[in-house]
Amino acid sequence: MGSNMAENHPVAFRWVAQAKLNGTTLIHVDPRFTRTSAMADLYVPMRSGTDIAFLGGLIRYVIEHEKYFKDYVVNYTNAATIINDKFQDTEDLEGVFSGLKEAPQGSDQKYIYDNATWQYKRVQPWDAAKAREEAKKAATFAEMIQKMVPPAAEKDPTLQHPRSVFQLVRRHFSRYTPELVERITGCPQDVFLKVAETVTANSGPERTTTFVYAMGWTQHTYGVQTIGTTALLQLLLGNMGRPGGGILALRGHATIQGSTDVPTLYHSIQGYMAHPDARKAHDTLTDYILTETRPTGYWANLPKFMVSYLKSMYGDAATPENDFGYDWHPKIAGDYSHMPTMIAMAKGEVKGALIFGQNPATSINAALQRRALMQLDWLVVKDNFETETASFWYASPEVKSGQLKPEDIKTEVFLFPSAQVGEVEGTFTNTQRLIQFHEKAADPPGDCRSDAWFTHQLALRLKKLYADSTLPRDEGIKNLLWDFDYEPGTYPTDTRIQGEPDVLKIIREINGYQTGSKELLKSFGELKDDGSTTCASWIYCGIYPEKGKLLARSREPDPDNKPGTNLHWGYAWPANRRILYNRASADPDGNPWSERKKFIWWDAAQKKWVGYDVPDFAATKAPDTPAKPGATGLDAHDGKSPFIMMADGKGWLFVPVGLADGPLPTHYEPMESPVVNLLYPKQQHNPIAKYWQHEENQLAVVADPNFPIVLTTYRLTEHHLAGAMTRWLPWLAELQPELFIEMSPELAQEKGIKNLDLVRITTKRRSIVAKALVTPRLRPLMIDGKVVHQVGMPWHWGYMGIVTGDIVNDLTAMVGDPNVSIHESKALCCNVERLQ
Amino acid sequence: MAEPMGFFTDTSVCIGCKACEVACKAWNQLPARNGGKVPLTGQSYDNTVELSGIQWRHVKFIEQFSPDRSSGRWLMMSDVCKHCVQAGCLEVCPTGAIIRTEFDTVVIQSDVCNGCRACIAACPFGVIDINPETNTAMKCTLCYDRMQAGMVPACAQACPTHSIQFGPISELRQHAEARLAQLQAQGVSQARLYGHDESILGGLNSFYLLLDEPEVYGLPSNPQLPSRNVAPSAGLSAAGAVALGVLGLVGLRKQRMDKLAAEAREQQEGDGSHAG
Repeated sequence: MGSNMAENHPVAFRWVAQAKLNGTTLIHVDPRFTRTSAMADLYVPMRSGTDIAFLGGLIRYVIEHEKYFKDYVVNYTNAATIINDKFQDTEDLEGVFSGLKEAPQGSDQKYIYDNATWQYKRVQPWDAAKAREEAKKAATFAEMIQKMVPPAAEKDPTLQHPRSVFQLVRRHFSRYTPELVERITGCPQDVFLKVAETVTANSGPERTTTFVYAMGWTQHTYGVQTIGTTALLQLLLGNMGRPGGGILALRGHATIQGSTDVPTLYHSIQGYMAHPDARKAHDTLTDYILTETRPTGYWANLPKFMVSYLKSMYGDAATPENDFGYDWHPKIAGDYSHMPTMIAMAKGEVKGALIFGQNPATSINAALQRRALMQLDWLVVKDNFETETASFWYASPEVKSGQLKPEDIKTEVFLFPSAQVGEVEGTFTNTQRLIQFHEKAADPPGDCRSDAWFTHQLALRLKKLYADSTLPRDEGIKNLLWDFDYEPGTYPTDTRIQGEPDVLKIIREINGYQTGSKELLKSFGELKDDGSTTCASWIYCGIYPEKGKLLARSREPDPDNKPGTNLHWGYAWPANRRILYNRASADPDGNPWSERKKFIWWDAAQKKWVGYDVPDFAATKAPDTPAKPGATGLDAHDGKSPFIMMADGKGWLFVPVGLADGPLPTHYEPMESPVVNLLYPKQQHNPIAKYWQHEENQLAVVADPNFPIVLTTYRLTEHHLAGAMTRWLPWLAELQPELFIEMSPELAQEKGIKNLDLVRITTKRRSIVAKALVTPRLRPLMIDGKVVHQVGMPWHWGYMGIVTGDIVNDLTAMVGDPNVSIHESKALCCNVERLQ
Repeated sequence: MAEPMGFFTDTSVCIGCKACEVACKAWNQLPARNGGKVPLTGQSYDNTVELSGIQWRHVKFIEQFSPDRSSGRWLMMSDVCKHCVQAGCLEVCPTGAIIRTEFDTVVIQSDVCNGCRACIAACPFGVIDINPETNTAMKCTLCYDRMQAGMVPACAQACPTHSIQFGPISELRQHAEARLAQLQAQGVSQARLYGHDESILGGLNSFYLLLDEPEVYGLPSNPQLPSRNVAPSAGLSAAGAVALGVLGLVGLRKQRMDKLAAEAREQQEGDGSHAG
């Protein structure tokens, strides 16, 4: 669901094809019949943007037909936990949860949530604020964390308590009947039930089911909650932490997993830790640690990760006396993600921009983004070809139409030619957290340089620029440890490219080392919170355990694919584990759930966990180990709690912290929808969705008769993203040479459109032209008694390259998910008409 | 001679990614049509349209849907030269440019080809055409150069789903039989093999597992040798074939052609459908 894997991840799809040859049943749920549907045993049509309704229907089916994996649910999830008496569900409040309040003035949200009422009910009252004040007086970080441990949560292992998570979940989804699923999604009930029967028949001790998703799930104003719905379902079915189970996220770009791990995100420093934030209680290092550390579970080690990170940033300058340089570290003060940054740019609030491997001129609400670029003083684009972003000032539709003149655009554009992947060395981290090192095949031509070269050289120059500054604000860049130059005499002699950083030194920094001896660390278990260890990304610690032994380089497959975990092929973070939370692959007593699904288990003779993978559990912690009351870290968990990163060691069906828009997923309509929300007529869309006010960013009203058709955007196998890597290659250009719009024969007939006719597509933002591709692969859906048409457009085209075409993102709007600010380009409303 | 080698293409796992087309062009340095600037065909996702002198792999897309969508399929198939055991192109080639290799594959030697086009008409599958860059007839060589170096042909190497399998014909036939049995056991009753035995032109060294009638994929169910295709009348084409033989390039070839021409005369009607 939410993925067109065969088309967009064809190489990964080889394993699906292999599974098919082994008899796996493949189901594809999608608004369009794609090349993935063509491979499926069952194609399931649905209206774009209604995944939560569909998945919620599955959750209701699983609960009402008692198809959940009871031993797993009771022992490994928070189903038995009792929730706060003050919590009110969307079923009580007509579509919103308790805690909804108005957002501060000037925010990009109307409302936000206070999650105080979503919390676990504790066995005795607990004052977190008071505990925090007490903790501040502690002498060590360990003692501080100790004082933050809350009392245990109330539980009812019979799952009957009306305020138990299980009963709350049951009630929350009780109206997601097959009838309602059909009325909302357009998927016929009999087809939906076939999916429900197949999924439940293939889950349990003997079998597992996996869900694979991509941008079809994420690119919605409730994208995170869609994935949360599936997590909830997979936990009920007992499909997490087990071979053949899980939820597989297919990433949208090469090595984007690595870029969220290390990372290049504005709101995260590394290893999924929050960026210091001026809006939070992050004033000092102690504040940061008190706010961000979960005292129970593995995250209790956060002070070690944070201090080691600060040591990697500031080296010897970071000392216990100066809070390891915490004050030098930048703090964020708002949403600095792509869309709000472009809106700020459009308002003239951004002076310059560096664009690497990205093409905003063709991105969401593209004309608005091109307008934003024109407000810049300077723009650096580093790419393989002259992209739409590099050329907007003379080649954009606005300039071509005479609306704007190049001489009136003040932006100074610098285009840096980029090296391609075969011309650089480094690592790829793919979706299953597998890190693989690759060598360079050849030097790049001419002046083309790697991104590492550019960043390294820029950093060296900035350091030099600020070296003599006496301003306090420049302490950060002055103290920044930047030691990635090759050692004298070791610079590669087989290259003509000068000034590349030493990639192994960068990996050393990420892996971590003993601050004094520079000895490489073997695992994140060695990290300390006293400055004696240095580590730029704790989750990667162990990838480079000793000199000459970079595990990302290893390439030894399991002989005959047995057992098939291939632990000596590349390196998977954390600690080379191939399946996270794999303790759940064994029953509470530590025995495999079944011979067929055996993965890791407790070996009583050896007194340790053994099996086909690196256990994601304390290696010698027996299944019958009791939890230590009041303890921190993993000692707070018993031997039957597989989800070691969670505070209670359980998989969360109900999510008390971490999600901005509710502890349970709820069906909302996209910001633009042809129908009213059947589930909650008073709450059309996500109440805390983000929206950026701008005259060029208007939205169609609900069921707008001018925009009655659902438009979804997508990619084709033949091209990548906006085409910067593909529309310039004749061999790829000829395979999909022109922009098209896919529509059903029924819609085409209604609109008098024939195959290959030129069609004008209009949204509330603006209109573009494409050729019609009339195909029975699209179909009208019956939504609550009304015919709704869907059309689809691949967004690979632009005004540069060998083959060009209109920019589909000129149609999309800047609206965002409240958790991660992802846009909503998978479901919007449009009209189509034949171009006269 | 080395063991006969070839392709088995299992269309049931073809995802239509066209990696085979690109890998083929990249390895064999074949140009894109018009530098890549071609019009959208409107025929499903097929913008390559046909096999030609510069297009040695071609993925076909066949959309089969009932009006109410209660049933529907999107068939995909990567088409290529069949490397026929009885190869019409090889039989009619007047210059001896087309040879049978030690791997039992059929290869056109560009430097011997004079561009006479006889082979184009002789192929019942429409595989061969003139490469406008060289003005000689060209088609898939089954990566003869790679095979000589012990490598897998570029398309099979690039195929992500093992739809295109390369190997000794005898092994591929076993794989194909097993896959067919598996599909039939799963209730895919329309599944069938095409060209895996001698019934089609003595056997195709590039054979297929199809999910429907061959005609659905534009493949002739009963392809014939050149005498049926080169001219409207069987007599004429036989004469042509004899004339070619008289040109006297290879005695053996003449004998074969005579025999084939005679066979063709005997047959009243054949399926001359020309695959696209």
